[in-house]
Amino acid sequence: MNVRLLLCLCLFPFAVMAQGFSGLGTDAEGFAKPRPDPVFRFPADHGPHPEYRIEWWYLTANLDGPDGTPYGLQWTLFRSALAPGEAEGWTSPQIWFAHAAVTTPEQHMATERFARGGIGQAGVEAAPFRAWIDDWTLEGPDFDTLTLRASGPDFSYDMSLSAEGPLVFHGAEGFSVKSAKGQASYYYSQPFFRIEGTLRLPETEVAVTGNAWLDREWSSQPLADTQSGWDWFSLAFKDGAKLMGFQLRQTDGSQYSAATWITADGTTTAYRDGAFAAKPLATSDVAGRAVPTEWRVLLPDRGVDVTVSALNPQAWMDLTIPYWEGPVRFSGSHEGRGYLEMTGYE
Amino acid sequence: MMRACLVALLSHWWRNPLQLFAFLAGLALATALWSGVQAINAEARASYDAAATTLGEGQYDQLVPRQGNAIAQDVYVGLRRAGWLVSPVIEGRLADVRLVGIDVLTAPGGLGAAEMDQAMAIADPEARALLFANAATARALEGVAEVQADPGVAPGVAVGDVGVVQRLLGRDDLSRLLVLPEQPMGRPDLASVAPQLRVQSSQQAADLEQLTDSFHLNLTAFGLLSFAVGLFIVHSTIGLAFEQRRGMIRTLRSLGVPLRLLTGVIIVEMLSLAFIAAAVGIFLGYLIAGLLLPDVAATLRGLYGAQISGTLELRAEWWLSGLLMSLLGTGAALAGRIWQIRRMPLLASVRPRAWAMAGAGRVRWLTIASVLLLGSAAVLGVVGSGLLAAFTLLAFLLVGAALALPVLAGVVLGLVQARTTAPVWNWFWADTRQQLPGLSLALMALLLAVSANIGVSTMVSSFRLTFTGFLDQRLAPELFIEVDSARQSTALEAYLSDQGLEVLPLLTASRQIEGQPARLFGLRVSPTYRDNWVFLAATPDAWDSVDAGSAVVVNEQLARRAGLWVGDVVNVAPELTLPIAAVVGDYGNPKGQVITSQAVFRDLYPDSYPAQFGVRSDNVPRLRQKIVEEVGLSENAMTNQAAVKAISMEVFERTFTVTQALNVLTLGVAGFAILTSLLTLADLRVPQLAPVWALGLTRRRLARLELLRAVALSLLVFICAVPLGLALAWVLLNIVNVEAFGWRLPMYLFPGDYIVLGGYAIVAALLAATWPALRLVRTPPATLLKVFANER
Repeated sequence: MNVRLLLCLCLFPFAVMAQGFSGLGTDAEGFAKPRPDPVFRFPADHGPHPEYRIEWWYLTANLDGPDGTPYGLQWTLFRSALAPGEAEGWTSPQIWFAHAAVTTPEQHMATERFARGGIGQAGVEAAPFRAWIDDWTLEGPDFDTLTLRASGPDFSYDMSLSAEGPLVFHGAEGFSVKSAKGQASYYYSQPFFRIEGTLRLPETEVAVTGNAWLDREWSSQPLADTQSGWDWFSLAFKDGAKLMGFQLRQTDGSQYSAATWITADGTTTAYRDGAFAAKPLATSDVAGRAVPTEWRVLLPDRGVDVTVSALNPQAWMDLTIPYWEGPVRFSGSHEGRGYLEMTGYE
Repeated sequence: MMRACLVALLSHWWRNPLQLFAFLAGLALATALWSGVQAINAEARASYDAAATTLGEGQYDQLVPRQGNAIAQDVYVGLRRAGWLVSPVIEGRLADVRLVGIDVLTAPGGLGAAEMDQAMAIADPEARALLFANAATARALEGVAEVQADPGVAPGVAVGDVGVVQRLLGRDDLSRLLVLPEQPMGRPDLASVAPQLRVQSSQQAADLEQLTDSFHLNLTAFGLLSFAVGLFIVHSTIGLAFEQRRGMIRTLRSLGVPLRLLTGVIIVEMLSLAFIAAAVGIFLGYLIAGLLLPDVAATLRGLYGAQISGTLELRAEWWLSGLLMSLLGTGAALAGRIWQIRRMPLLASVRPRAWAMAGAGRVRWLTIASVLLLGSAAVLGVVGSGLLAAFTLLAFLLVGAALALPVLAGVVLGLVQARTTAPVWNWFWADTRQQLPGLSLALMALLLAVSANIGVSTMVSSFRLTFTGFLDQRLAPELFIEVDSARQSTALEAYLSDQGLEVLPLLTASRQIEGQPARLFGLRVSPTYRDNWVFLAATPDAWDSVDAGSAVVVNEQLARRAGLWVGDVVNVAPELTLPIAAVVGDYGNPKGQVITSQAVFRDLYPDSYPAQFGVRSDNVPRLRQKIVEEVGLSENAMTNQAAVKAISMEVFERTFTVTQALNVLTLGVAGFAILTSLLTLADLRVPQLAPVWALGLTRRRLARLELLRAVALSLLVFICAVPLGLALAWVLLNIVNVEAFGWRLPMYLFPGDYIVLGGYAIVAALLAATWPALRLVRTPPATLLKVFANER
């Protein structure tokens, strides 16, 4: 796959210059824009929204093997539209691509798939819920009971998930603002999955159990043209609470951050820019880049001051769109584990 | 001093423009033929490379349907949903262009046109049909689809998005699926997901280059031959120029020009002239190649299914090689002369060395060289193998015989001279012998050209004779029918049997057999085969054993390439090994063939049905009509024998158009060589002719004797050329053809053709000698008298 393809995936066909990480900062001309005070309808909103440019179904999981070895797992299905709307057959403007990864303390394996929309090779249906691309599937009778499958040249997994809590909405009731200029997306999660299944690694097969977090987000211009990337944290505390926090790095060196505090029963508190902070503590040489793999994460409102460190610093997704994604552990004022995603590090 | 030296040397050309013309033209022609052939080869090679990159031919395994040539789109989606990483390809023809549609997202890297990402304009509401092709193909598609020019796309092909190409072709299915090299773990096997498909390995497609290699080698060999003939002209011209400038060089040296400066200036002068000649030659070569390329393209398409561009592009590989070859050739001819100059004593005599040129040492050297080369040729014939050895054998044979010619001619002329007593005739033969060294290069060129003509025309005519007879055998059924489906197949067979006609159903599949690309046939053994087929070698009841399923018939290509013959066993399939009952000739087919009975074929391919039928019939038009009406096949599904034979003959004819053209050109170059040799010798001859003229032979009589000499020499060359040409033909038919194509042709002789060719050679020599003879007639007596006065 060449770089130009990457550009065109995120590019409006009438050749607008791509901006921001992976072109996500490009102007959303022609597509629908997220508006404040959204009203969500389920199960319909679990499905795709073709009038918006970019959308994903993003699953990350922290797993343990029978001997206590920690693992990380990722399954992401992206939808990227060249034009709003849907069409049957090869003329469909929807492009689907997916990433799957498994991280162990020693290894990190990642693979990707691409598919055209409109021909049945990939897609998402809301009820019963089915998201698929090639032989990768995330499906179930409803959004609370799902099975998950993916395969790559050197790994595959087969898992089942069951939700133990309600859906969670980020930002202002699901309207998540990304910059002072007002770029936003619709963003909700199901962070309360219990997951178990089999990981097939190059040498072994492991039965694993753990927790999974599924993000759902869609928008048409999630980044401002002055933003170069983001660092996204999902942390699961030992007492059952969870924290989602991200900071968008601006080209002038400042950050724009937002966070959501989720209690064990699913009550959310949204924090606006400035409340959440993440400072890099140490960098590692990852894929020829200096990537921070140890962070200090602060949410003073909740008394959170933790050091987050990567289980495997070499969790670089060496794919057409490269970024860092892997499981993390944290300690300090609280203890637990979670997932970290860092994009835009050249 | 350098300037004066240069001017003095160049003044020679000024005074002898003919020699300059001979040098430049000879080198230009030689370079033209060489670079023309190389241009054709380079174009073809570029096309094969483009095909590999654009279409992945020879790079990736493919999934192809077992029957028919379409894959439903659902099958593709089903395969991907099962975990197979495959990429769809659709192909078809539109406006005589091959359209190929790929899916940029799933295709392996680097496939398609470089600009193809722009094809994501599939999302364009206006839904333009955007294709990518090189400039020539884009013109062919004008008005049919919008085409963006991309020179990297293979010739004759237009690439686009799958959806776009489907729309243009009016189809909604796919042609084949590319299998990506990296596949995920744990996917199910093909039979459980898509049993109607099979894997075609990339190796089978890569064989195209091997198959066409021999054709290109043939072309290169011809280019080399032409270049060699041209170089003869250059060699003789340079030699003569040096001979005539010996006096000037002696004068320059005695005036004080240093030897180094002199040789340096000569080298620079010669190489500059060579450069000019080479440039002209490259331009001519471009023209020649441009004229021949359409025929070569047609030949390759018809014979191998290879597609090459019909237009020529300027590529460094051929014009650079042409330039280098001519500079090197001139340099080689120069080297000997420069060495002579360096050795020449300052005040050596500059009397015309006509006598010295006929030295005995030269004859000895020629004899030794010729014997060595012919001996090596014989050795190679016995122990050598492979195409390169075969062509080397040819080269040694030709050069060895050419070197032997002056020696032989000298002996023959000496014998004839000894027999003549009349003084004029005695002088005539003696003078001819004396001229031999000066003319020898030109005569060698003529020998090569005539024998090449004889050899190649023998080969072509033998081939034509054999091929026509072969086609008559193999195309015995009057009507050929192709069907699309199993249903049509059974319906047709039933109908034809009802009519009581002899039906020859044919089951066929491609597979690798004994490590070569081959076709397996399953046929019903019927009287037509028994009566018409002629085997090269067979067991007594070959057809019976094939019918019983206990033996196979193989074609000559497969037998020779695998080193098998009647009685050996051939590995048809992993679990199936059968003995060979007969070997059959299969002219013009680059692939191997194995023929078995229908039962054996069905064991290997259980779901296959005969897709081709041969039918014996007395009234073909009526049968065709009835089949259309009652079985429901289309008219296009049926061809009659005459049409098939015509197509086969046409392919055959075009194959040899190229070689014929090169033959004619080579003969022309040889004729030109004689002309220039005679013209340049004319000046040297004046001292020999003057005494004879003074004794009473008129100039007119002398001129007539010149013409007679030309006829005599060319006749001698022709007599020597005939056995050489036949030897050449034998090597071509029995060694080169077998190595290159895998089949041997019987050799037939065509004495009538040879006599005609001899006539052409004599006429060419006569024409070449006319101008010098005319010049002789018009030589003013004063010039002849001066010989006696101006003895140097």
